[in-house]
Amino acid sequence: MTNGADNDRDLPRQTSTTSTKSSTPSPLVTALQRAHPDWIAEVREAYGEITVMVQREHIQVVCSQLKNSPEARFDFLADLCGVDRGPEEEPRFEVNYHLFSTTIHHRVRLKVLLSEDDLHVPTVTNVWRTANWHERETFDLFGIIFDGHPDLRRILLPDDWQGHALRKDFPLRGYEPYSLK
Amino acid sequence: MSTSTVNIPPQFEIVDRPLDTQMTISMGPQHPSTHGVLRLELVLDGEMVVKATPDIGYLHTGMEKLFEYKKYQQGIVITDRMDYLNPLGNNLAYVMAVEKLLALEIPERAQTIRVLTCELQRIASHLVWLGTHALDIGAMTVFFYCFREREKILNLIEAASGGRLTPSYFRIGGLMMDLPAGFERRVKQFLDGFLKSVDEFHTLLTGNRIFQKRTQGVGVISAEDAIDWGLSGPCLRGSGVDLDIRRASPYTGYEKYDFEIPTESDGDVWARYIVRMREMNESHKIVTQALSRLKPGPVKADAPKVVLPDREAMKQHMDALIHHFLIVAEGFDVPAGEVYMPIEASKGELGVYVKSDGGPKPSRVHFRGPSFVNLSALPQMAEGAMIADIVAIIGSLDIVLGEIDR
Repeated sequence: MTNGADNDRDLPRQTSTTSTKSSTPSPLVTALQRAHPDWIAEVREAYGEITVMVQREHIQVVCSQLKNSPEARFDFLADLCGVDRGPEEEPRFEVNYHLFSTTIHHRVRLKVLLSEDDLHVPTVTNVWRTANWHERETFDLFGIIFDGHPDLRRILLPDDWQGHALRKDFPLRGYEPYSLK
Repeated sequence: MSTSTVNIPPQFEIVDRPLDTQMTISMGPQHPSTHGVLRLELVLDGEMVVKATPDIGYLHTGMEKLFEYKKYQQGIVITDRMDYLNPLGNNLAYVMAVEKLLALEIPERAQTIRVLTCELQRIASHLVWLGTHALDIGAMTVFFYCFREREKILNLIEAASGGRLTPSYFRIGGLMMDLPAGFERRVKQFLDGFLKSVDEFHTLLTGNRIFQKRTQGVGVISAEDAIDWGLSGPCLRGSGVDLDIRRASPYTGYEKYDFEIPTESDGDVWARYIVRMREMNESHKIVTQALSRLKPGPVKADAPKVVLPDREAMKQHMDALIHHFLIVAEGFDVPAGEVYMPIEASKGELGVYVKSDGGPKPSRVHFRGPSFVNLSALPQMAEGAMIADIVAIIGSLDIVLGEIDR
């Protein structure tokens, strides 16, 4: 992991107008990190949001742990999305899980880093069923394979589409025969 | 099924089904009650739905890709085209995400106007839902009344922004411009008549026995399932979960407004109907309060490198002219980082994930559309329903395909 150096830069503070009602879950995740140092590589806080870097092979257990522990209760997977940092970056891909608790109303972001030659990550559809379509979308647009997903097909693009459209090296207007050139 | 060489995807394969009892039909994408270009693969046993598989993507235009090629301020117009019934909500979520990265302080008046116009837009969005939902079930009259009221709101939005369906009214750091003269009077005029219109809708639908029979006990989803499927907005509140992001983590000043969060416990089409009907009254309340909170003041943040200067200032001051040129020609740099900004749109949690690498263009923008997630729960609700109920269930989910396919 080479991500320790770049998070020390000066980040602007979040505007004070937003409410401070919901508690931040950072003590929770640091406790989890202390209990299982091999699960969580790092915890960052920026813009009032907490990002937890999770090791790929432990994402399922971290998710179900955060969902079921009485202090965390992250029962709602708000969003799951992929990110391509660019072909020259290593690791190139990210998968972000935005968790929310419908009772405590706090949020956390889990992040899994993936390198291009091994784009496999365990599915979390067995933790939240809503992950189904999010993971299909991420597979469709980035080519990230969610191991154990019950129905991993393309969802937005046609079945015979070549390539993954949201990758940085995919041209904006696509390739023939779909491009309008 | 013929044994041709065509590769049949596994979900379409008929297994363990006697051919004389079950059939697979394709509903949409041109079916009027699918609210756009949604296609459903329905496996039927007589009139009963055994399995419903939504097929989406017909309206996919690669908007998230387009964001990466546009400057931050150019992205606002793209958001209008996602949920085209609630464009101001999309504008708000996007500009607030970028404002969070820039740590901008938004003036009080701009925030109030944002709340005011967004709540008007929520009413307009709910009116389209109500009209089309009733139309799908067979009550045609409601549609005309709803669109009559919606027209008034669109006129108001046009007066403020110049656009009816694609307003792009919000800017990073505030608003495009202040409200026009006489706007408050026109909003009051609309508000005075609106509650009576809601009563009219209730007269037409709520007491209607046919409407009740078509919606009560149809498309039931329990609170646990709703949370597990990620439902949000009125669909979640219709299952008895008291969750509204305006209350749970208030943004743009919602904590100062007094409103209720309607919930119903039944989780059926009827419950979602009642929740939305009551939400229109609550939005009416919020707009009334926002009107009384409107105080004169600036509508743009004090950030000359991000916010376009006034026309007059450009004629007088050299630096304003330079800033204007730089913002338009080169854009502005946004500090590196990533944010997720959720808001309560008319259909549920609209989350915007923005990742910046420090330049004038975002590195990744992702929209968590409430329609996308709500639709993914359709198979659960449709299982065991009658084929005619599918239309009622889709209507009650209030989906917009522009947001699902992006």
